[in-house]
Amino acid sequence: MELDIVSLSRLQFAMTALYHFLFVPLTLGLSIILAIMETVYVMTDRPIWKEMTKFWGTLFGINFVLGVATGITMEFQFGMNWSYYSHYVGDIFGAPLAIEGLMAFFLEATFVGLFFFGWDRMSKRGHLAATWAVAAGSNLSALWILIANGWMQNPVGSVFNPATMRMEVASFYEVLFNPVAQAKFVHTVSAGYVTAAIFVLGVSSWYVLKGRHTALAKRSMAVAASFGLLSSLSVVVLGDESGYLTTEHQRMKLASIEGMWETEPAPASFTLLGFPNQEARETHHIIQIPWALGLIATRSLDTPIPGIRELVQRAQARVRNGIVAYDALQQIRAARGTENVPASVREAFEANGNNLGYAFLLLRHTDDPRKATDAQIEAAAWDLVPPVAPLFWSFRVMVGLGFYFIALLGTFFLLSAWQRLDRYRFLLWMAVFSIPLPWIAAEAGWIVAEVGRQPWIIEGMLPTAVAVSSLGITEVLLTLCGFIVIYSVLFVIEMTLMVRAIRKGPPPEADLVGPAPLANVAPMRGILPAE
Amino acid sequence: MILHTLIDYEILRLIWWVLLGVLLIGFAATDGFDMGVGALLPFVARNDVERRVAINTVGPVWEGNQVWFILGGGAIFAAWPPLYAVSFSGFYLAMFVVLAALILRPVSFKYRSKRDSARWRNNWDWALFVGGFVPALIFGVAVGNVLQGVPFRLDEDLRSFYEGSFFGLLNPFALLCGLLSVSMLVMHGGGWLALKADGMVAERARRLGSLAALLTVVLYALAGLLLWSFIDGYRITSTIVTDGPSNPLAKQVAHDPGAWFANFAVWPWLWIAPGLGLAGAALAGLALRTRSEGLPIIASGLSIFGVISSVGVAMFPFILPSSIDPRSSLTVWDSSSSHLTLFIMLVVTVIFLPIVLAYTAWVYRVLWGKVTESDVRQEAGHLY
Repeated sequence: MELDIVSLSRLQFAMTALYHFLFVPLTLGLSIILAIMETVYVMTDRPIWKEMTKFWGTLFGINFVLGVATGITMEFQFGMNWSYYSHYVGDIFGAPLAIEGLMAFFLEATFVGLFFFGWDRMSKRGHLAATWAVAAGSNLSALWILIANGWMQNPVGSVFNPATMRMEVASFYEVLFNPVAQAKFVHTVSAGYVTAAIFVLGVSSWYVLKGRHTALAKRSMAVAASFGLLSSLSVVVLGDESGYLTTEHQRMKLASIEGMWETEPAPASFTLLGFPNQEARETHHIIQIPWALGLIATRSLDTPIPGIRELVQRAQARVRNGIVAYDALQQIRAARGTENVPASVREAFEANGNNLGYAFLLLRHTDDPRKATDAQIEAAAWDLVPPVAPLFWSFRVMVGLGFYFIALLGTFFLLSAWQRLDRYRFLLWMAVFSIPLPWIAAEAGWIVAEVGRQPWIIEGMLPTAVAVSSLGITEVLLTLCGFIVIYSVLFVIEMTLMVRAIRKGPPPEADLVGPAPLANVAPMRGILPAE
Repeated sequence: MILHTLIDYEILRLIWWVLLGVLLIGFAATDGFDMGVGALLPFVARNDVERRVAINTVGPVWEGNQVWFILGGGAIFAAWPPLYAVSFSGFYLAMFVVLAALILRPVSFKYRSKRDSARWRNNWDWALFVGGFVPALIFGVAVGNVLQGVPFRLDEDLRSFYEGSFFGLLNPFALLCGLLSVSMLVMHGGGWLALKADGMVAERARRLGSLAALLTVVLYALAGLLLWSFIDGYRITSTIVTDGPSNPLAKQVAHDPGAWFANFAVWPWLWIAPGLGLAGAALAGLALRTRSEGLPIIASGLSIFGVISSVGVAMFPFILPSSIDPRSSLTVWDSSSSHLTLFIMLVVTVIFLPIVLAYTAWVYRVLWGKVTESDVRQEAGHLY
């Protein structure tokens, strides 16, 4: 990767987003696990469930705060490094971000204070409500940010306005109920639930192996295994839904994930393994499963899935249409308004406007897209192929791990149901060593989604290369290094505190498994604070 | 959708200009006292227990307060995309410093008391100081630069180019505004500690807070005088179109002495804003001296309201003037989102902002009362 503004800005965004996403999945899932545990406590009045909530709450807090801290960067980075993007799509993209703050962040952040500080200041039910509010807030924030991201993947409900040189909302309803956003939301939060479930399962397994806090650990494992099993099934089912959607909107992404350069006769086979080679434009040493891809991606036996070469071929036509739109746009702007140009120009823009972004792809090859040669058009069309090997491998790592999680969580669900959680030590060790795996799967998933969208920042509308701020290399390098230093130090501190808190474990009284206390008749005060 | 035409584009832009002010004031009034407490921390608390008293007064609420900052970013993005695009890429390195300081802050709150090491805690305390002082300073410096005009221009594609440097931001007037911002938030933090802390912490906070209040009065008056005598404002010279497309390049702008005071001449009642800025700070200083509990934070809140809104109304309709190409200046009438987006965001705000305010008020009520040294000694487990 050469050292230019675009690569550096992408590197910075990828780094800060991937880092932020180390903390988000655990927050998403653990907040719900906490709420479940505390619900059991309020329903049964058994103190051990309160201790469980508090203990996992401590680990939640250590993780949560870094999610909050690194989230600050995300909110401002679009304006800092992606200034033209912010101008070009702020009318649509800004709204879900603002709503996320108003609807989700306030809820989550206001009540998380009560979760930690409110144990003695509120009624039981009041505190439970605060815990659920934290869980709801976290998960709602995922909804809104994925509505924003879903729009980048599938920009519905918007039009380009020549007067303001930007895209503007035509139908907020379509942006909100964008099928890509909905599938992404369920897929992503389920992945977060699996992350938290495996975290709780792994840490608890370690306690069982060491013979410490076994009562607390086994109960935690039961919650984690059942919650995690349901979620892991949902990840795969909804992941399949995302795959299906990819064929609708992002055929190029699908073909690249598959390393599929040529169109195969339907139903296409699924490539299990292989070695994609971007320069040679082929994939070597392929092992395939017949029919599988055609069935998953098109849910039919006779719809062909286009390969990369065919898609590039088709894209050339879109680039040419884009040039027509670009030419019409220049005329509209020269005449200062759509109303001042001949009807033929207006019609040319309206007919080809949705391909305007394809003309911007030419800016890498020529200063004036209107004068592009056939060779430049072909080169621009080939730019549409994302880096195939990283996509190919990230996807396989993610899916492979997804199936492993189902097996692991399913096994522990059965062990928990049969009350044999401490019987097989190697399974417990397996759970311990599985703790990092959901993070690997989640980061791989981010790579599939975001690298797979390249060269677009807004699919089909705005190329990433056009979207950056007009900054100097030094400035971006400086902040990139700054973030790397701060984030690395914080990562080490976070891991140290996390490991220390796990080693220390819950306070000793948490192992008491008595019956519910007799003072079980406290008046119920709803969510009002205790007097 | 036809519904959004119920409210004129012009009115929506005005409403969103007011809401921008509400957000900035909400941020300064809530997160402001957190930052003030952070900046005061090394001076009001001498030992670990005192520090923990000070930290725990904001412990349960700083997270919610900080959302005002995040929401500010999101709302500017949604309602004023050109402002979001131009300002954050222009003030690039300054923004990075703010972010770095604000990243340290949550972590310091949470991790500080997790270990029993004096060095560990001391380092985090300094991080809290940085997380309070540095953003307060830079926000003020930014406002000082905005009042003078920012060296950016837009090309025909509305791509923005910033031609200033990081150190160019640190000019005398801007630094004065930076110090004003710090003293204003330290005054506010002092008021908060007077209400929520006890013992020596509250005592020292009263003393330093009233000093900061005095400084706020002096610096604010001085900044006003300098603005009047030395700093040229901006004025739209072409016909003002209030409901046209958001394209800043369609207008003409002049750079004029006294232009920042033109609105006050047309609407003299606007003087209430700077009056409130001065009177609020003076009242806060007096109330801190007379050991009043609740009055200082209310008075300093009013002062913050007055100071921020005075800047807003002085510049109206400008939001971000350009010093090198005045035509590129961003104003209320040419830098907003589309009519439809402003309408939708208004509906969302009208529904959710009252809900947010209601549960925030409830949470503050649950947490009502002072944090004492004995609280910190007894409840080591719950507190920071």
